[in-house]
Amino acid sequence: MSRAAAEVLSAPIVKPKASRDDRMMRAFMGVIGVYLLVSLALPLYVMLSKSLEDHDGAFVGIANYIEYFSTPALAYSINNSLYIATVTTVITVVLAFTFAYALTRSCIPFKGLFKSITMIPILVPSLLPGIALVYLFGNQGLITGLLMGNSIYGPIGIVIAEVFFTLPHAIIIIITSLSIADSRLYEAAISLRASKLRIFFTVTIPGCRYGLISAAFVVFTLAITDFGAPKVIGGDFNVLATDIYKQVIGQQNFEMGAVVSVVLLIPAVLAFMVDRVVQRKQVALLSARAVPLEPQPKRGFDLVMLGYVVLVSIFLIGMLAVCQYAALVKFYPYDLSLGLHNYRFDVMDGGGWDAYYNSIKMALYTAFFGTIVVFSGAYLVEKGRGFRHGRAAFQFLAMMPMAVPGLVLGLAYIFFFNHPDNPLGFLYHTMAILVISTITHFYTVSHLTALTALKQLDAEFEAVASSLKQPFYKTFVRVTVPVCLPAILDISIYLFVNAMTTVSAVIFLYGPDTNLASVAVLNMDDAGDIAPAAAMGMMIFYTAAGVRVLHYFGSRWLERRTQAWRVR
Amino acid sequence: MSEAQQAPGEPYLRISGLTKMFGPFAALKDISLEIFEGEFVCFLGPSGCGKTTLLRAIAGLDIQTTGTVEQAGCDISALPPAERDFGIVFQSYALFPNMSVAKNVAYGLENRKMSKADIRRRVNELLELVGLPEQGDKYPSQLSGGQQQRIALARAIAVSPGLLLLDEPLSALDAKVRVHLRHEVKSLQRRLGITTIMVTHDQEEALTMADRIVVMDHGKIEQIGTPLEIYREPGTSFVADFIGTMNFVPGSVRGPGRVSMGELELVCDTDGLADGAHVTIAVRPEDIVVQGVTAEDENVYPAQVCGLEFLGSFVRAELASEVTGESRLLADLSINLMRHQSIAEGDSLLVRVPKEHIRIYRGSVSHE
Ligand SMILES: Nc1ncnc2c1ncn2[C@@H]1O[C@H](COP(=O)(O)OP(=O)(O)O)[C@@H](O)[C@H]1O
Ligand SMILES: [Mg+2]
Repeated sequence: MSRAAAEVLSAPIVKPKASRDDRMMRAFMGVIGVYLLVSLALPLYVMLSKSLEDHDGAFVGIANYIEYFSTPALAYSINNSLYIATVTTVITVVLAFTFAYALTRSCIPFKGLFKSITMIPILVPSLLPGIALVYLFGNQGLITGLLMGNSIYGPIGIVIAEVFFTLPHAIIIIITSLSIADSRLYEAAISLRASKLRIFFTVTIPGCRYGLISAAFVVFTLAITDFGAPKVIGGDFNVLATDIYKQVIGQQNFEMGAVVSVVLLIPAVLAFMVDRVVQRKQVALLSARAVPLEPQPKRGFDLVMLGYVVLVSIFLIGMLAVCQYAALVKFYPYDLSLGLHNYRFDVMDGGGWDAYYNSIKMALYTAFFGTIVVFSGAYLVEKGRGFRHGRAAFQFLAMMPMAVPGLVLGLAYIFFFNHPDNPLGFLYHTMAILVISTITHFYTVSHLTALTALKQLDAEFEAVASSLKQPFYKTFVRVTVPVCLPAILDISIYLFVNAMTTVSAVIFLYGPDTNLASVAVLNMDDAGDIAPAAAMGMMIFYTAAGVRVLHYFGSRWLERRTQAWRVR
Repeated sequence: MSEAQQAPGEPYLRISGLTKMFGPFAALKDISLEIFEGEFVCFLGPSGCGKTTLLRAIAGLDIQTTGTVEQAGCDISALPPAERDFGIVFQSYALFPNMSVAKNVAYGLENRKMSKADIRRRVNELLELVGLPEQGDKYPSQLSGGQQQRIALARAIAVSPGLLLLDEPLSALDAKVRVHLRHEVKSLQRRLGITTIMVTHDQEEALTMADRIVVMDHGKIEQIGTPLEIYREPGTSFVADFIGTMNFVPGSVRGPGRVSMGELELVCDTDGLADGAHVTIAVRPEDIVVQGVTAEDENVYPAQVCGLEFLGSFVRAELASEVTGESRLLADLSINLMRHQSIAEGDSLLVRVPKEHIRIYRGSVSHE
């Protein structure tokens, strides 16, 4: 033992006294912590214990799991899910890498426009690509012949829809990792007369390896947990996500739903953990000093890249265009005249226009309350003093939602909030529970965005303020929030868009008065009203896209207003 | 807030037995220190030696593991920063970027039952004081580094704290501005009479600004003293090495008041060290005499000039000699002297090492 350590043992250890600020911050953090406990940890716990119970609530150990694995029809879905997720991951990462490479390493024009186009899938429910595929390749599809006899209902359809759905996420990640390249490495390689191919495999790929790994895991998780695409285009090709839905909604077998949920949770949690490790390494790379790479024009290469980027853009826009066409056609394929016939949602099952208005309301509430909760929580974790274990526990809770698939969260809510003894039971079927589940479902990414912004602030603002005897909330309101406003806007837009498009968690939670647009798309599609489903899906797209455009101009305006003091 | 009565002659700040652990690592080891009212004290030491850690413990920002801090007679060891009495300036300045300079300076004056007009008057007074009147409407990013530094200072002293803490306040500035601001900060501190602690790793800064310097290394205090004491009588070989330039030569004790350096015997204060003990002999280049030296003088030996380095106002000569063997001494010779004696490389001359400027340290000194 060192001498100093021995001294510590002999002298009394100073116990820091908490200030009024400290106590208030801890109280606020406690409130948000309890929110996360109630909206995440407890429901998951109840669901886990349900998977060990029989219909009557008696503890049966792993009997349900044994039954699950000995029912071939169910256990086979594991293979199907892994198969779909793996194939999707390979295709998406290759497509996304090429796309990101074109945007960062070639001199093609309109890079900003192409980048915006790749963000389209984020603005629609994952049901929508399925619907587009039905119109393109279904039994009476526009170009069914291209499939040469294969059916779109099944793995082919699911994979195409998942690639559409996961592409933007992979592209964002890979662009980031490609843009941190250090041009000095390339200069060194060229001066050593390495061939282009050699440079690609010894400099480019290793340089963005963390981005590729991270993208692969994100895509894999999205694909294996997604429910929208297999629901619409899966036919009788069952995957884990649709099994949960069928067990719960179809057969009312909640215990088996819980078992499948736990099975689905495993790959999601694993992928999440790997991704965290990889992200940390990527951050370490980011902080290294590098000379950014400026691509040089190369006619042939640029033309090929442009062709590729246009092709991908056509794929993305085309899927939407097909949906919009389907929504306007009177009675496909017999009466191809156009009209707004399919927008009369009120005469159809699914919730009508009210569902659309509910969605907007829900998205606004989610964006408003979610941003406040998430940003405050991140602030308290990042800027709080002392209380190490409390802050670490909070951070853990805030990271958890990322590993929990929406369907699993929704089912957990059924168990928890629907329990007769739960005093919060009145929330079931209300707008409030939809908002709560959505905030929690999308908590982690928002939390990380807020943390990133907060870490960029001078670490001593709080120290200065306390030396000047000013309460922390004053500094929070007058300094932290204004300086972080761009990030706060980003979070609110992220929450809004996801609240508009999400299906998975809310599918188990909406009530007769709280139908949502995305759920209506699913239900109308289920009932065979595919054209109205496409119409409603497009309404979601236009709303989300409109909000994005507003956000763009809002940010521009903010930038102009604050450029006097922002350090560029 | 620190109006507790204080006996005259009592220190304003008393730190005793302070230790700070980061896990198993001790960043501060048993620090004890007293600072008097109105003093300007510098914590000086190499990067990573624990200066900031000590300053933050005094501020209550990162409270020590053990030990006490008393300010104005009150034990503040466990108090949070908000309940202590200090103003602070960080290396980054931590100015609020979205507020004008005036709003920044006024930040601590709010919620103190001061009228708006009084606040405005005080802010103008402070901006005047730091030499930046009429800059109140600008944003921090529109000011130069030196100006931002002064605004941070104005904000810190706005509420008239009893103690001013400065963590490397000048190190982010270019050399010219830094030298200029040294004087400004020091004269401001004199005028206000505010007890001040400044952290720095720049010895010149500490020597020119401080009333007393606390030299630190590896979480421990090496020496406390006035700049002159620290420079003239470095208490440890670390201090001797860290401050200024020092010749270090291995030697051994040859009876009371005598040490050997190669074949040469020098007369000096051996401080009761035992006969035969291995020591390091230290002497500053500027203390070595080559003018008017006669062979009969004490501590004289013949040497050759084997190198000359022009350093502006003086020349640093490297002196080799048969009697000193491997060891070569550096001597700083003024330009004047060089002209009068026309010393050139290869010349032989008599060198005197004045007894009173020789310092002896036990053991050998490792040079980084
Ligand atoms: N929060 C911390 N956790 C762990 N080690 C720390 C922490 N803060 C400082 N240290 C360590 O304590 C030592 C002293 O740091 P510091 O006081 O910042 O040095 P300096 O003298 O340069 O201001 C360093 O070795 C540093 O790595
Ligand atoms: Mg420091």
